[in-house]
Amino acid sequence: MKILVCISNVPDTTSKINFAADNKEFDKNGVQFVINPWDEYALTRAIELKEAKGGSVTVINVGEADTEPNIRKALAIGADDAIRVNAHPKDAFFVAQQIAAVAKENNYDIILMGKESIDYNGSQVHNMVGELLSIPSVVPAFKLDMVDDTTARLEREIEGGKEVVEVKLPFVASAQQPMSEPRIPNMRGIMTARTKPLQVVEPTGAEAKSAYVNYSKPEKKGGVKMIDAENAGELITLLRNEAKVL
Amino acid sequence: MSVLVFVEGLNGEIKKSSLEAASYGNQVAKALGTSATAVAIGDVKEEALTQLGAQGISKVLFDGEQRLKQFVADAYVKVIAAAVQKEDAKVVVFSNSNIGASVGAKLAVRLNASLATNVTTLPKTEGAGFTVTRGVFSGKAFADVALTSDIKIVAIKKNSFDISSEGTGAATVESFSAGLTDADFALLPKETVMQDTSGGVLLQEAEVVVSGGRGLKGPENWHLIEDLAKELGAATACSKPVSDMDWRPHHEHVGQTGTTISPNLYIAVGISGAIQHLAGVNSSKVIVVINKDSEAPFFKAADYGIVGDAFEVVPKLIEAAKALDK
Ligand SMILES: Cc1cc2nc3c(=O)[nH]c(=O)nc-3n(C[C@H](O)[C@H](O)[C@H](O)COP(=O)(O)OP(=O)(O)OC[C@H]3O[C@@H](n4cnc5c(N)ncnc54)[C@H](O)[C@@H]3O)c2cc1C
Ligand SMILES: Nc1ncnc2c1ncn2[C@@H]1O[C@H](COP(=O)(O)O)[C@@H](O)[C@H]1O
Repeated sequence: MKILVCISNVPDTTSKINFAADNKEFDKNGVQFVINPWDEYALTRAIELKEAKGGSVTVINVGEADTEPNIRKALAIGADDAIRVNAHPKDAFFVAQQIAAVAKENNYDIILMGKESIDYNGSQVHNMVGELLSIPSVVPAFKLDMVDDTTARLEREIEGGKEVVEVKLPFVASAQQPMSEPRIPNMRGIMTARTKPLQVVEPTGAEAKSAYVNYSKPEKKGGVKMIDAENAGELITLLRNEAKVL
Repeated sequence: MSVLVFVEGLNGEIKKSSLEAASYGNQVAKALGTSATAVAIGDVKEEALTQLGAQGISKVLFDGEQRLKQFVADAYVKVIAAAVQKEDAKVVVFSNSNIGASVGAKLAVRLNASLATNVTTLPKTEGAGFTVTRGVFSGKAFADVALTSDIKIVAIKKNSFDISSEGTGAATVESFSAGLTDADFALLPKETVMQDTSGGVLLQEAEVVVSGGRGLKGPENWHLIEDLAKELGAATACSKPVSDMDWRPHHEHVGQTGTTISPNLYIAVGISGAIQHLAGVNSSKVIVVINKDSEAPFFKAADYGIVGDAFEVVPKLIEAAKALDK
């Protein structure tokens, strides 16, 4: 089974977010980048499936050279090889077109992604890739098992419940907790990752369909109003009469 | 040209988030000098749809096909794409729900359209432009994004827009079919399991959420959270360790790895306020924190706080809530 795992390179959740160039650009200064946490669930599940059924796991990232440490990390966790599409990820549609172009060349059985990237919070790329390749996308899945060599069974979250779907290969799915237990690379993994193939390809001429023109931060809260625990009931009155949310 | 709004149903009624989308769509239509039409699919009664008149929608295209009561992405996309064509829609409005975001992304590819999800403002349409603001970096920032294609699709963040009731009269419901075939239903779910939403309030749609963390010590104490939620008509939620330890079901956990919510009021009891937790709740309009440790980081993100033992404070809140006239 050939599995493609799409990883995005995002600021660690604990990072302070700042903007540069008059709020026109994200400021990378002092920010630590990690593999998008949701993508780690996808990556680990892909490796587990490979361990159980054989096959290969390829990771792909659309990004500039500074994403390579995290691509190497994915190789250290257990992917076999990697592709970097050498381009700034302009928007979800642009990224989806790059991934779809690579997938068309390679006939993957399963394309796994994360539920959403925690930087742009778009939750778009998986469905776009499915649509571009005319294959189903099952989003967001928290369980993925093979029924037999050609069919997978997934459980996906819906608002207020869950659904079980069976789908023939090939398909796209996005992963969320608790699809797998993300792994930490071990020493052997880190050593072998250095020699695993990382292919850099140039982007297709695809266009973006949106442009990020400005950034801002939420207004600071006015500070917290403390209520004495003895008179806790007063909170309810304040929520109704002052905050007007009850 | 026109504006098209996608309306979702739940148990026969229109979802609250779809009423927000309808209100939004009507405002966009007014700004562009046109009108808004709705397309409705799924588990919603025709009578309910007529009420969209209040949100300024005069016409609803409704595909009542039985199988559409469940979410089947391909079938939904086909119906909405046909409606876009019929209405010559240039702006399509969704709620940023599971379904809305999925269908929006597929539709964007099919219609060669621009898409913005998680949108928090009406569009700026000066000149020929179309720019919306969307939430990015898990609630830590906003980005203005210009949509450059001829057709624009926006999925609006839940609970970010008021439901208007300025419209008069009932909407007319027109039955609509996109000629769906069995092939469009290839991915019909094998099984659908709905959770027992405590008090019948769906977490993603709730205006008030009462949430508990490890400070509650064990699942046997959850009646405190549930009773307060019941008095306030709220949904219940929890922190990640609470669901990891199976004190509460997984789907209740909010945060970076759980559900993202933006209620009017979020009450956090015995939750420390780790950044991963805040990522799921920081766009709540009002945050209340109850924690016995005055140094708990959550107080920095709170609007109201009580330093105290949950086991003493929450019963007092329940009493006070009972005394409110509803
Ligand atoms: C990659 C990653 C992703 C994560 N994703 C999430 C996520 O999505 N959601 C999430 O919630 N967490 C997430 N976490 C975990 C997060 O970092 C915290 O560990 C977690 O939120 C802590 O949960 P808690 O506040 O319930 O428990 P604790 O941190 O143990 O806090 C308990 C609090 O209760 C207070 N307390 C104790 N007794 C009482 C009492 N009697 N009355 C009142 N207060 C009391 C304490 O003072 C303390 O502040 C993630 C972590 C990582 C690394
Ligand atoms: N630049 C990228 N390179 C590779 N995969 C990506 C990229 N951006 C997003 N993805 C994948 O698409 C998923 C959804 O991302 P998004 O639509 O941006 O929320 C992510 O979890 C990744 O798996």
